[in-house]
Amino acid sequence: MIKYTTKILSFLTPLIALSTAVLICSFILNLIDQDPVETFKSMWEYGITGKSLVSILNRSVPLYISAVAVAVGFKMGLFNIGVEGQYLLGALLAAAFGSYMSLPPVLHVLLILVMASVSAGLWAAIAGYLKVKKGIHEVISTIMLNYIGTGTVAYLLAQVFFEKDEGDSLKVPQTNYLPESAMIPPLNKMLGIEDLPDLHGFLIGAIFIGVFYYWLIWKTSLGFDLRATGSNPVAAKFSGADPGRLIILAMVISGSIAGFVGMSGLTGYYHRYTIDFPSGLGFAGIGVALLGRNHPIGMALGAILISFLERSSQILDLKDVPKEIERIMQGIIILTVVVGYEIVRRFVLTQQIKEASKEVLDE
Amino acid sequence: MNKILSLVKKRYIVLFPIVCLIFIAQFDKYSELTSSGTFGAALRLCIPICLAGVGAIYSERSGIVNIGLEGMMIMGTWFGAWAGWLYGPWYGVLAGFLGGALFGLIHAIGTVTFQVDHIVSGVAINILAAGVARFLSVVAYADVPSGGATQSPRVDDRISQISIPYLSGGEINDEKTFDLFGSLESLDIFLISDIFGLLGGLTRNISLFSILALSLVPISVWILWSTNFGLQLRSVGEYPVGSESVGVNVYLMKYIGVTTSGAFAGLAGAYLVIESAGIYREGQTGGRGFIGLASMIFGNWKPLGTFLGSGLFGYADSLQLRSEESVHGLLLLIVLILLLVAIRSFFVKKIKSAVGALSVAILFAIWFFNSSTVPNEFVFFTPHITTLIVLSFASQRLRMPKFIGKSYRKGEAT
Repeated sequence: MIKYTTKILSFLTPLIALSTAVLICSFILNLIDQDPVETFKSMWEYGITGKSLVSILNRSVPLYISAVAVAVGFKMGLFNIGVEGQYLLGALLAAAFGSYMSLPPVLHVLLILVMASVSAGLWAAIAGYLKVKKGIHEVISTIMLNYIGTGTVAYLLAQVFFEKDEGDSLKVPQTNYLPESAMIPPLNKMLGIEDLPDLHGFLIGAIFIGVFYYWLIWKTSLGFDLRATGSNPVAAKFSGADPGRLIILAMVISGSIAGFVGMSGLTGYYHRYTIDFPSGLGFAGIGVALLGRNHPIGMALGAILISFLERSSQILDLKDVPKEIERIMQGIIILTVVVGYEIVRRFVLTQQIKEASKEVLDE
Repeated sequence: MNKILSLVKKRYIVLFPIVCLIFIAQFDKYSELTSSGTFGAALRLCIPICLAGVGAIYSERSGIVNIGLEGMMIMGTWFGAWAGWLYGPWYGVLAGFLGGALFGLIHAIGTVTFQVDHIVSGVAINILAAGVARFLSVVAYADVPSGGATQSPRVDDRISQISIPYLSGGEINDEKTFDLFGSLESLDIFLISDIFGLLGGLTRNISLFSILALSLVPISVWILWSTNFGLQLRSVGEYPVGSESVGVNVYLMKYIGVTTSGAFAGLAGAYLVIESAGIYREGQTGGRGFIGLASMIFGNWKPLGTFLGSGLFGYADSLQLRSEESVHGLLLLIVLILLLVAIRSFFVKKIKSAVGALSVAILFAIWFFNSSTVPNEFVFFTPHITTLIVLSFASQRLRMPKFIGKSYRKGEAT
């Protein structure tokens, strides 16, 4: 019985959060003399056009992967705030080495993916090592590693991988273009939507990552140990889980997944690493992981919701409404959803205690 | 004399690098390492970090992890610039303080009343603050030509600056007095000119806001360790069940702690706007909230230590701004420190770490002798890498509040 109420409540919480955000934003819009109904209506209408839907899916893919990376850590009570640095480093290395090599098509793509994933995973391993061996909390170390990582990326991009053309001093630092064999083709032909903008092929990769995440966390003994350590470290330790090994493993897995964050952009759209390669996805992923409650499908919905808000708010420019209202909506949704989940958790806990004591009494 | 010896013995980890630094600064190329200009800039750069860090102590000592400092600081920059532009700099200071406190209060509501995970709530606050700042800019500066979605108009007036009379050439009755520190620094005598370079940098052209900010360090020491309120606040972070049993209002203490920390972070933001930049820009805080948190950990959850930690960040920042050349001298410092570590580990029979430190020292020495500058990108993260290194040596000695990061429900004592 409790199981079903939990499920229903968990589904209701994001909806309540969304409505709260809409309410508060309506109030704010009213304050600045805009019509909230009109605003949200035009956002919705613009958001569900075919072009927008493709763009929303394209935006969701890196967000989702970033959220999964964060969630792996969350599941065992680790906060990997360093997804940002991890994915940027992975993307740069993959882009640079990918452009040097020439390989058959599928193999080339795979090699780039592995390159990004391994380098990001190793970068994340530093934080795990520092936590286990040196006792530095992973939040501090990953934040510091973010700065060190972005600095290293800037250095490598400008000084190592960037070949300055003579007489072309205005060129910004960037790697060479990937050869065609390293590009992932769009899915439009397969789905028969050739009249729409490109739907990046790495969408399939994101689905794979989601499935892998589900399998790893809920279907393997490693996943069980991770979850057990996350919910009760002491009990897990006595059941034979080695916390030090698990921390490093979780960081490495989280980082390796983070390595894929930049891959949809790299292989599907930019085809090289430039200084305007999308950044900030690591932090955005934390929000999506919170929104989706670390559940593979929940996070997918969360990523789509955030992308929907981002895309549909673009229309507000034409309506003379500040489109930044969407940023506030995101913030409020995440904050209220977090509070909501906590309330649900407390409620379920008290219900369970009540039910258990009732059973004991009945006997 | 004995006292000095025991001090040297106890604090050689801190003293040794300083002595090395002074030696290195004797080379003309690296003289900027200890000039008064560098220290003055370091002080100005460290103040926002220090404010955020000292504020974080209030929150963490009451048991609440505050990773939302960054967001609270963003609010400080925004409101500081807005009120500073409209009414004048001191109003900006006040508005920054209040803006930060408001977001501190939100964090308190989330973590204390609703008992959301502290880091989760902090991350959510950072996301919200960035959005709110963007939105407010769009709305507030829509019709202001010099402002826009990502920046505010300039805050015209500055807060007045003073120098200390007789010591660093301050004015009395509009007459310039003797500049003792300055003339001693320019004598160019070993050690003396370096020390007075430091003193001069710390006392010349200091704005009243800086003095206010710096005075919050000793004031916080006094509040937290010498008053009844401070004892109650700290007890809540150590053993809330016990505090409640003797009648301390646990929730109230946590609320005050987190809100104060938000207010301090807001002040830090206002400082960035009013003292450093004169303008609000998006992304201006640049992670200083997080660094404030790091320097607090660095300082073992104590105000003076936090000040020292933030000083380290400020120093590295100011070197990067003032003289990229002299940063190269820091490589030599790293070599010397690593050698010290190697010798120490050798004497306590940790051969493995001795060899490790020695080999890294050799690598850095090779780097030092084969180059004349350090790439700019590396200078950028010197403070961050220093934090990691120092924490990895010191974190076993750090002691965080016992009940930190856990949620506490009223009445758990019964």
